Amino acid sequence: MSPPGESLAELTAHELAERFAGGTATAVQATEAAVERIAATDEVLHAFLTVTGDQALADARRVDEARERGERLGPLAGVPLALKDVLVTKGIRTTAGSRILEEFVPPYDATVVRRLREAGVVILGKTNMDEFAMGSSTENSGFGTTRNPWDPTRVPGGSSGGSAAAVASGQAPLGIGTDTGGSIRQPAALCGIVGVKPTYGLVSRYGLIAFASSLDQVGPFARDVRDAADLLEAIAGHDPMDSTSIPDAPVDVTSRLTDGVEGLRVGVVKELFLEGTEPGVLARVREGLERLERLGARLQDCSLPSFEYALSAYYLIAPAECSSNLARYDGVRWGLRAKDSADVVDMMQRTRQAGFGAEVKRRIMLGTYALSAGYYDAYYGQAQKVRTLVRRELDDAYERFDLLVGPTAPTVAFPIGEKADDPLAMYLNDVFTIPVNLAGNAAVSVPAGLSDGLPVGLQLIAPALGEATMLRAAWAFEQDLGLSTRPVQPARDAEPGSVTAGAEEVRP
Amino acid sequence: MTAAVAEEAGVRRYETVIGIETHCELSTATKMFCACPATFGAEPNTQTCPVCLGEPGSLPVANGRAVEYAARIGLALHCRIAERSQFHRKNYFYPDMPKNYQISQYDEPLCVDGWLDVDVEGEVRRVGITRVHMEEDTGKTLHVGATGRIHGADYSLIDYNRAGIPLVEIVSEPDLRSAEEARAYAEELRAVLLALGVSDAKLEEGSMRFDVNVSIRPVGHAEYGTKVELKNLNSLRSLYRAVDYEAARQRRVLAEGGKLVQETRHWDEGTGRTEPMRSKEFATDYRYFPEPDLVPIEATAGWVEGLRAGLPELPAERRARLAEATGLPAKEVGWLVRDPEVLAYFEAVVGGAGAGAADGAAPTRDPRVVAGWVMGELQRDLREFGRTMATNPVGPERLGELLDLLAAGRVSATAAKDVLAEMFTSEASPATVVKRKGLTQISDTGELEAVVERVVAANPDLAEKFRGGKRGVLGALVGQVMRETRGRANPKLVSDLLERAIGG
Repeated sequence: MSPPGESLAELTAHELAERFAGGTATAVQATEAAVERIAATDEVLHAFLTVTGDQALADARRVDEARERGERLGPLAGVPLALKDVLVTKGIRTTAGSRILEEFVPPYDATVVRRLREAGVVILGKTNMDEFAMGSSTENSGFGTTRNPWDPTRVPGGSSGGSAAAVASGQAPLGIGTDTGGSIRQPAALCGIVGVKPTYGLVSRYGLIAFASSLDQVGPFARDVRDAADLLEAIAGHDPMDSTSIPDAPVDVTSRLTDGVEGLRVGVVKELFLEGTEPGVLARVREGLERLERLGARLQDCSLPSFEYALSAYYLIAPAECSSNLARYDGVRWGLRAKDSADVVDMMQRTRQAGFGAEVKRRIMLGTYALSAGYYDAYYGQAQKVRTLVRRELDDAYERFDLLVGPTAPTVAFPIGEKADDPLAMYLNDVFTIPVNLAGNAAVSVPAGLSDGLPVGLQLIAPALGEATMLRAAWAFEQDLGLSTRPVQPARDAEPGSVTAGAEEVRP
Repeated sequence: MTAAVAEEAGVRRYETVIGIETHCELSTATKMFCACPATFGAEPNTQTCPVCLGEPGSLPVANGRAVEYAARIGLALHCRIAERSQFHRKNYFYPDMPKNYQISQYDEPLCVDGWLDVDVEGEVRRVGITRVHMEEDTGKTLHVGATGRIHGADYSLIDYNRAGIPLVEIVSEPDLRSAEEARAYAEELRAVLLALGVSDAKLEEGSMRFDVNVSIRPVGHAEYGTKVELKNLNSLRSLYRAVDYEAARQRRVLAEGGKLVQETRHWDEGTGRTEPMRSKEFATDYRYFPEPDLVPIEATAGWVEGLRAGLPELPAERRARLAEATGLPAKEVGWLVRDPEVLAYFEAVVGGAGAGAADGAAPTRDPRVVAGWVMGELQRDLREFGRTMATNPVGPERLGELLDLLAAGRVSATAAKDVLAEMFTSEASPATVVKRKGLTQISDTGELEAVVERVVAANPDLAEKFRGGKRGVLGALVGQVMRETRGRANPKLVSDLLERAIGG
C-alpha cells in the first residue's frame, strides 16, 4: 500500500512497476489514482480532450489478472499513459486538435498504440494539442488552450502541450507526443519534464495523423529519463506499414543507461546560444554544461552555420507537406461536412473554411504557394538544399562529437496570449529544435532547473540512432542535478495565475 | 475558298504530329500501396482499407510486384531502368480521390528512353518511348439524377474499390504521323502488354485507355504546332476516329485563318466530334513534390538483369518466327500475335496435341487453313454464342480433328462450318457430329449426277448462257447443287459434273 498522503499518481513508471511487482499496488489502483487526478485538475489544465476512464480501468484489470496468473510482463505493464490526440485509436474519437475531425472515430489503431497495448500500458485518453500539431503553445487547438501546471496563466508549450502538462502534473506518469519541429522537446522544457524526439524512422508513423511527413516523429514524455527510455523501447522498432521506418534499428536504449558520460565528446553549438535567449535560460544551460564537464564529458565549442537558415527552410518544407497532407479533409469521407452546399466544390470549400483554424489555413496557404509552378525552385527546392546542408554539417560534427548540446527553447513558458497574434514570434520559439528535425537526428530535452520559478530544458542532440548514448548522458545529468520527479499541481480551483505552494518545494 | 477546298489544300500542306499517353492497369493481385485485392467487379467499397481510403494516419507501402511489372514493361520497350526513381504527389481536389493527391511519378520515373517498332501497312516505324511510370488509380463516381453527369446530378455515390489499383503510364514521343499509325502503335503496345502478362489490357473495361496529343505543322517544319490533348479514349476505334477528326479540324481552323489554342478536348463517340472541355476542371497546377511517405526505388543491376532474362517472347520476335515457320502473310501473322490466347490456340491446332510450332517442329496441319478457321469461322461462332477465347468450348484438338476430316475430303467446307457451330453446344467429336447430321461429303459421282441433271434441267437459261461462253454462271449452278445436297457435295466434283452435263 502506498504511504498515507502519497497518491500513486505521484510516482514514476518504474516506481509503479516496483510496487506492482512487490504486490503493494495494482494497475487498477494506479489507473484510479490517475483518473482521480485528471478529474481534480483538468478543469484548470485542460490537458485532455477525451478521457477513456472505463476502458482504462478494464485494461488495467486485465494487466492485474495477467500478473496474478504469473505471466511475464514488461516494465510498463499497468502504467497509465496520456496519448496525444494525433495518434489514431480504433473506436475512440481522434481529433488532431481540429474542429474538422471533431466527430472522427478511426477504424484502426496506430502502430504505436498497438505496441503500447501489447506492452500492457493503460491509455487514459487523448490529450490536447495545437491543431494538426501546428503550434508551440497549444493555443491553436480547436478545443481550447491547455495550461501549464507550473503557472496556469502560461502556456505548456506545444504542439504536444496536453501530454506534457498531463505528465508534469501527475495526471499520468507517461505521455506520448509527436515532434515535427520541436513539439515534444519544447513543451517538455516548458513543463519541466523529459521529452525525446527519436531518430526519424525509429518509431512507426503508421496511424500518426500527418502534419509534415518527412519531419514527424512520435516520442515519449516522462518525469525522468529512465521512464522515457523504457517508453521509447516499447514503441520503437521497424514497422512494415511505414516505408520510412528503419529496418533492423537497434531499440535497446536502457541496458547501458547508467554508464555515465565519462569521456563523451560533447559539442557546444554556438548557433544554439542566440541573442534574444532569456538570461535565466542561458544561466541554467551554462550551469548544465559545467555539470556535464564535471561528470567527465569533454566539452568543446562548435559552429553549425547552416542552423541560421533552418527555421526558414522548415517553414517552407513543413507547410508544403501539410498543404498536401491536409487536402484529404474535404468533407467527402469523414469528419465535418458543411451543410446546404450548392455543389461538391462549394461543400469542400465551406467545410475547410469552417473546420480549419487560422494557423492551419496560414500554413496551407504558405505551403501551396511554396509548391506552385514558378515558385517551387525558389522556395521548396531551395529549402531542400538548406536541409541537405544542415544534415551534412551535422554529419561532419558527429565526426568529432558524440553529442551536441544547447538550450531546448529560448524562453521559459510564456503567458497565454502573448504570442498568439504574432506567428513569427511563435515560430521563433522552435529555433533551437528545428534543425534536428530537418536532419532526422535524435534529441532529448531534460530539465535543467528553474528560471524565475519556471522550468528550463537542456537539449542533447545525437546522430541518427544515437539514442542510447544520448539518454545515457541525460540520465547522468539528471541524477547529478537531483531534481524531484514528483509532479507539480495547480490549485484545484486555481484562478489563472495561482499554483500550489508545493510546486516550488518539489522543484528546486 | 470554301472550307472543303481549304481542307483539301491543308491536307497537302500540313503533317499531323501525335504522341500518346497510355494508362494501363496492372494485373497484380493487390493494390499499388496496400494489401487490398485489385480484382474487378466486386460489390462497391468492399475492397478497401485505411490506406486506399486515405484515412488519417494511414501510409502507403509500394507493391513490389507492381514495380516489377512496370520494370518489365520498360525492358520490353527497350527503356533504361533508372537506378534511382522516386514517387511524387500530384495534388488536386477530386471527390473520388481519397487523399486529394495522387501518388505518381514525375521527374524521376522508373523507365526512360525506349522505343517500340510498329508495323504500319507492312512498313516498320520506330516510335520513341519517353518514359514508363507508376501511379495509383482513383475511385469511381456514380452521379445519380437527371443527366448522369456531375452537373445536374441529385447526389453522387463513390466506389473506392478502384482507388489504389496500380497503373502504369506509358508516354510515347511525338513520333506518330497519322491516325493509322496511332492505332497501330496502340495495338502493338497492347500486344506487348498481353505477351508480358502484366495487364489484362481490356479496353472495354477501361483497364487500358489513351490520352492523345495531336498537333499539326507545315511539312518540313521542325517546330511543333499548338497541341490539343484528347482525354480518355477507350477503344482503338475511338482513338483512330478522334485523331483523324482532330487533325482535320486543326487543318480547317488554320485554313480558315483561325488560331489554334492549347486545350483539352473530349471525344464524343456519338457525334463523331471533339469538343472543348470545361477549362475549370483541368486548368490545375498539380504542385508535384517528392512523396515523403515512400522511399526512393533503388534498382540494382542484378534485379534488372534478372527481369530482362525472364522476359517472354515479344510480339515482334514472335511475328518473325511465325512468318518463318508457317509462311503466313504478315497481316495474318500480325492478327494472330495480337492476342496470346488466339496464338496459343492456333499453335495447338497447327502442331497437334502438345507440339506447338514454337519448338520449331514442322507443322502437322496446314497453317494457312488453320489460320483461316481460327480467325474466321471460330471468331464468328464465338461472337454468335457469346463466348470468348477464354470460354471457348471447342478445344484445339477438336478443331484439329474437324480440319483433318476437311483435309481428307470427308466433309465439305460448308458442312464443316455447320459442324463447328454444332460443337459449341455438343461435346461429341467432329466425326460423330458429321455422321449424326448426315453431313458426310458426297464424293460419289453416281449420287451427284442425278442432282446435277435435275439442276441443269431446272435452269435452261443459265445452261444456255454457259454454253454461250459466260462461264461465270457456273457458280450459281454449283450453289444450287450445294443447296440441294445441304452442303454435303464435293464442290470440285460438282463443278466437273456440271460442265460435263451442260456440255460446254
